[in-house]
Amino acid sequence: MGVIFKDLLDSGKFVVTAEVAPPKGTDLEQMLHHIDLLKDRVDALNVTDHQSSVMRFPSLGGCFAVKERGGEPILQMTCRDRNQIALQSDLLLAYTRGVRNVLCLTGDAMTVGDHKQAQGIFELDSVQLLRTIDLLEEGKDMGGNELSGKVSFCKGAIVTPEADPWEPQSCKFEKKVDAGAEFFQTQAIYDLDNFVKFMDYASQFPVKILAGIVLLTSARMAKYMTDNVPGIFVPPNLIDELSSTPKGGSLEKGIEIAGRMIAALKKDSICDGVHIMAINREEVVPDILAAAGL
Amino acid sequence: MKTITRQKPYEEIMQQLEFCNRVFIVGCGTCATTLQTGGLEQVLELKEKLQDSGLLITGWAVIPTACDEMTAVVAAENETAIQGANAILVMACALGVQRINMYLDQPVLPGLDTLFMGLEEHSGYYMEACAQCGQCVLGYTAGICPVTACHKGLLNGPCGGTNRGKCEVDQDRDCAFTLIYNRLKEQNRLELMKYYHPPRNAQVLPRPRVKILDPKEMEQWV
Repeated sequence: MGVIFKDLLDSGKFVVTAEVAPPKGTDLEQMLHHIDLLKDRVDALNVTDHQSSVMRFPSLGGCFAVKERGGEPILQMTCRDRNQIALQSDLLLAYTRGVRNVLCLTGDAMTVGDHKQAQGIFELDSVQLLRTIDLLEEGKDMGGNELSGKVSFCKGAIVTPEADPWEPQSCKFEKKVDAGAEFFQTQAIYDLDNFVKFMDYASQFPVKILAGIVLLTSARMAKYMTDNVPGIFVPPNLIDELSSTPKGGSLEKGIEIAGRMIAALKKDSICDGVHIMAINREEVVPDILAAAGL
Repeated sequence: MKTITRQKPYEEIMQQLEFCNRVFIVGCGTCATTLQTGGLEQVLELKEKLQDSGLLITGWAVIPTACDEMTAVVAAENETAIQGANAILVMACALGVQRINMYLDQPVLPGLDTLFMGLEEHSGYYMEACAQCGQCVLGYTAGICPVTACHKGLLNGPCGGTNRGKCEVDQDRDCAFTLIYNRLKEQNRLELMKYYHPPRNAQVLPRPRVKILDPKEMEQWV
């Protein structure tokens, strides 16, 4: 990598990002392996922040590791676990250690995770977090005090193109744009026509959109996600394609589907890039890229 | 408005009573009666149960409204039975427990857990309508409180977990922002969905929170 993510976004290149998940514990071997595998194949690497409210090694620590190994990290930062002081101070730390990209998230509910009795903080929401970064960039903290040394980040957020209902989601999307979000990673998309409609709407705003690509590993997973995961719709033809795949071939089919989607998005310049989420299958990201012709 | 309570597990009640053998039980004729957590019936049920566990019940009373100052009168009326007990078990909300604690010297123990202040939306359905945050946003949110109606207490719109208008943590609950959006739409005030809410002030009234009425204000009510 070695190139600053923001410059890449602004260059008009079709940007590709992926993500790595920190471990539960201090054994970093697998995460470091994934970082080494992906850091030169994608333009930036998200490090997830206690994803699904599961306590893990911190995203900040993962970002340092990406940086140390020559990659470009995107710090995922949720509002679930930290109050204003902790969020701001982590941003100061991130900046001094060379992290230049932050993805601002609300965070999953505490009740879905593995510390179900813990307090969900949510003192800020994702819109307020974006604005807080703006403030720190101006050299002020939320208490109105002057900083000795500011920060500068490329600010990202998420959007769910298939949200049902769409209207409240679009209001929030526009608030995030107004709050200074420069790029958006979307929830997983599988229906190109629906996504094109979303892009017709989103392209009126001065932001970069990276389509979310979640690797499908089986027809069962595809059905489960459609039925249970908010804002995910896998069209029936894709589910059929997966279920008609001979036994043992689902993963390869999933890779093919993901690659095909990325290639289609890139070919017609439908969006500004993709964010690949190969949850627990990070090792196949290079295969997805190959299937996409990247 | 009702204070929503639920009975503590019996084991926990017994654990609190470990140090004593003579108990006076207090119920409440208002919220805990409606909620069937600390009314006459529940007081008598618990009395039986505690007696079966070998405790002596020196007496019991269901105070009309355990949290108000008339509780002092009921305490005085039951002075002998109360004096005979080495613990008071209160089947009322925590306000009732603390009111009684003002008048008595013995340990006053809660028999209930206090959950929230509930607004009865329809018969038997209580919802938490107010988190007493001290900075009401209802004027911007079509009279629906996102601090209580959104699981995460978000102000600026729905999280990514909302699905088909429902909340990610409970498919039976509506997403606050779908409700707010629909209501604002009906009122032709959708521009408010774009209103930026700054972070809430967590220290509007720092704890311990008290309100002291001016003597002149009090005169109006005498």
